Amino acid sequence: MDEKPVVLVEGLHKHFGAAHVLKGIDLAVDSSRVVCVIGPSGSGKSTLLRSMAFLDPYDEGRVFIEGRLLGYRETDGKRVRDSDRNIDSVRSVIGMVFQHYNLWPHKTALGNVTEALRVVRKLGRREAERIGVEMLAKVGVGDKAHDFPARLSGGQQQRTAIARALAMRPHVMYFDEPTSALDPELVGEVLQVMQELAGEGMTMVVVTHEMGFAAHVADEVVFMDGGEVIERGPPDDIFKRPRSGRLREFLDTWRSRTI
Amino acid sequence: MSFDIDIVVRYGPLLLSGLWTTVYICALASILAVAAGLAAALLYGLPLRFAKLLCRVYIEVMRGTPILILLFILYYGGPSIGLTLEAETVGILGLGFYGGGYFAEIFRAGFQSIPPGQIEAARMLGIPRRMIVARIQIPQMLTLIIPPSTNQVIILTKESALLSIITVAELTKNTTQMVNETFAVVEPYVAVALLYWLIIEGIALAGGALERRFGHAS
Repeated sequence: MDEKPVVLVEGLHKHFGAAHVLKGIDLAVDSSRVVCVIGPSGSGKSTLLRSMAFLDPYDEGRVFIEGRLLGYRETDGKRVRDSDRNIDSVRSVIGMVFQHYNLWPHKTALGNVTEALRVVRKLGRREAERIGVEMLAKVGVGDKAHDFPARLSGGQQQRTAIARALAMRPHVMYFDEPTSALDPELVGEVLQVMQELAGEGMTMVVVTHEMGFAAHVADEVVFMDGGEVIERGPPDDIFKRPRSGRLREFLDTWRSRTI
Repeated sequence: MSFDIDIVVRYGPLLLSGLWTTVYICALASILAVAAGLAAALLYGLPLRFAKLLCRVYIEVMRGTPILILLFILYYGGPSIGLTLEAETVGILGLGFYGGGYFAEIFRAGFQSIPPGQIEAARMLGIPRRMIVARIQIPQMLTLIIPPSTNQVIILTKESALLSIITVAELTKNTTQMVNETFAVVEPYVAVALLYWLIIEGIALAGGALERRFGHAS
């Protein structure tokens, strides 16, 4: 197995104007591991994930994807933003799933999944569709291949979005609050797909409010608050033996809400 | 008062030649306007302050200047800076770049209507920017921009009547010639109004057809 972490984050800082939203985050995600990032709204967890994909460029620190620096080029101690082409190349091993699915409404479910296969991988229509159908079936929406997103439920849309990311054969999957926009009864079907992925050994970083999922599926849980990592560890430690006051308070609030 | 259809028949060839000139000038000007507008809207979307400023200036100048003044500057002012153009060329360029200012705003609104998340999803899949524009943004913009674009082509076509002032032998110019030669007023102007109405109905029908063609299931 590869010794190097798939994703390595060192001393990450990010500002939005005067707001200091990430204050020196370190994170290493090894191959086939599932890391869940939890924390209250505004704690910076989504910004961390977006910075790890360079959708929000970070200001200080470094993000390495399979050992390659993401987003910047460093020469003589100075660093400049990398070209789009290099950024695309480094993040080509990342698959990302968003809170609001971000499907393209003018394309069918299958069209969404095959688009990048055709345009980026330059596969022929037949080969792209073969993979597309396979991926949609894998996430349980094989029968919806020719429906437009507007005809799908939120859960089906999110599973289609997962299939779209998986079709590119990513080495790591990022999930940015993948179930937060879903009706409660649809959350389970998406979490199940994610759990199956984890079971197959997919490397995953999941920003989530689903404590049950984090407790059962994660290898490591990272608790963030105020732009910092407050606590991290195996789920048992985080959920059963929180050390910091802030994590205890966060878990108490969550428990009182879910009763 | 009677309507003398004979005059219209007699001047039919002149009117039809004017009609043809109006149609092809407006067609070329519309293509130029769409291209200039799209280019301006795309430039505006780049993260470059200079590009944004350039587009802003272009749009404001086109919107802030009466088309007739623009045509005068090009036609009469052109030669003083070594730019001697045929009247028809001035008509195509003038109407085209003028219309481009309006098309730029239509396209800009279209681009802004696409949720940024869709673009982010495409970027994460490695889809190059130009393909994102061509395959994700423009196809979705079409349903939104076809009605105002149809409108804009109609306005452009009606404004082309002003080209008669810079001697382009289009529909209005030829009608004026007909009035001068026959001393009739009603027949020529009613005939020309009908011809303009025909062109504009044609544009409206084409716009409607495009709208139906590109309407999708979202």
